[in-house]
Amino acid sequence: MMNNYRDQIERLMAEYSAVIDNDELEKWPELFTDACHYRVTTRSNYANGFAHGAIWANSKGMLLDRVSALREANVYEEHVYRHICDSVRILNEDKKLVQVQSNFLVVRTMHTGQMDVFATGMYVDEIQLNDNLALFKQRIVVCDSHVIDTLLALPL
Amino acid sequence: MTELIATSSGVPWPSDKVSTIPYRVYTDEQQYKLEEDRIFKGPTWNYLCLEAELPEPNSFIVSRIGEIPIVITRDKDGEINAFVNRCAHRGSLLCLKHRGNAKSLTCVYHAWGYDLKGNLIGVAFQRGVKRQGGMPENFKKEEHNLRKLNVAVFSGLIFGSFSNDAPDIESYLGTEVSAKIKRVLNRPIRVLGYNTQGLKNNWKLYMENTKDSYHASILHTFFTTFEINRLNQKGAIIVDESGGHHVSYSMIDSSLSNDDYGQQNIRSNNAEYRLADPSMLEGVDEYGDGITLQILTVFPGLVLQQIHNAIAVRQIVPTGVGTTDLAWTYIGFEDDDEAMIERRLKQSNLAGPAGYISMEDGAVGNFVQRGITGTDEDTSVVMMGGETAESQPFRATETSVRGFWKKYRTLMEGQVPSA
Repeated sequence: MMNNYRDQIERLMAEYSAVIDNDELEKWPELFTDACHYRVTTRSNYANGFAHGAIWANSKGMLLDRVSALREANVYEEHVYRHICDSVRILNEDKKLVQVQSNFLVVRTMHTGQMDVFATGMYVDEIQLNDNLALFKQRIVVCDSHVIDTLLALPL
Repeated sequence: MTELIATSSGVPWPSDKVSTIPYRVYTDEQQYKLEEDRIFKGPTWNYLCLEAELPEPNSFIVSRIGEIPIVITRDKDGEINAFVNRCAHRGSLLCLKHRGNAKSLTCVYHAWGYDLKGNLIGVAFQRGVKRQGGMPENFKKEEHNLRKLNVAVFSGLIFGSFSNDAPDIESYLGTEVSAKIKRVLNRPIRVLGYNTQGLKNNWKLYMENTKDSYHASILHTFFTTFEINRLNQKGAIIVDESGGHHVSYSMIDSSLSNDDYGQQNIRSNNAEYRLADPSMLEGVDEYGDGITLQILTVFPGLVLQQIHNAIAVRQIVPTGVGTTDLAWTYIGFEDDDEAMIERRLKQSNLAGPAGYISMEDGAVGNFVQRGITGTDEDTSVVMMGGETAESQPFRATETSVRGFWKKYRTLMEGQVPSA
């Protein structure tokens, strides 16, 4: 049983990185529950209880809007991410709403070939498990650095 | 100072006007060095931090003026002080933490200690050890205080100045800009969070971008793409007498309003609405004056933003001739209820490093910086709305960009250009 739910969680994690890194952003909101919380913040904001996020959403609709804005409205130079994530720490025993944490490293490669470590940090997640479907009810992206190079377009 | 100006005015300009800008001002190391003396250490008021960030006596926070590290304190008497974050002994950074509480500041290198007014209060081994060594008799602690700045607090904003020639803060800002700051920061502030955007461009390109009302609806297509109706908005630009500060604002034009825009400051015709979750744009008119957007700058490095209910302070901090930190502080007010805080957090998606209507600003300065590489003997042209820098009742203009250069040239060259 334990293995089964770790499998579901890790499949969700792998899917998350893949849809962003493979430019399938339209599938990104589908990994969240309808009422959800997603934000990109800094380690210092998180530690000090500041609620602001560079990206802040509390519905799947807001995530869909983020994707359509990136596709249709916002101007940014072409670039891709590569997410490197470690295995998840499962923090509670609840089989319906699982709290997990994991580390990430995101390398951003610009169309010019310029390649930089764009962000490192920790995902603080609440994952809802229903039958065979695992979805994010919450994903807080806690970046170690408070500095964002140039702009944050694609979600982390 | 006069002698300095006589020996160098920095990068030469093609005329005494401010409508053509030599690209070299963004790339020249010598110019950048001169700016430190004449602008950042000149008769200007530099934004440092919020008064709300020093809520109690015996607290400190660090900031910068240009590249110069600064400590700001609230001392035991509740007074605000600012000084260079540098020990008077050997020049080591004094405060290594970003902020904190302390009754005194002690340098880690040789343990010289200072009170929060910046006065030297302790020198380790001043009398030597076992009557050997120690400072000479003629060493006087009071001659070795921290380098103190003049401080001004205005509407919860703390400014510092190296110069005794800066006018008092209200005269510096001018009546109209002062009033527009007070309009936004009209009650006790609560910080909602921070982040910093690392910009790969000269600091002036960001300041110009913020003052540039011409580009707003062209570069930033979020509102138009989502067919959010803003036709009933009217706007204007205020440029202060010195040129350095500006306010750009837009508000509901009641003569054009044909439906209930009062509560929902911007909304599209429902049939055309293309946002899946339009709640992000449900602002409330918290100031009761119909102004939905107000972008205000204070020369040389402060931006105060009100975009609906998303309020932020942006500090422009040069980190080199071609790099700049843009430090964002997102704020609300102590009297905000939960719904208002949520509204501010949601609307903050519009601004900041990932902002729907601002992320491009992080990149466009770099496009200019790259575009001018190797051909900086040329100039840009800034003539929308004329060649002078005065307040104008429309926003298809570059008047406040020219205002920036009016103030800049006045400080750099010691005389007011033709603007």
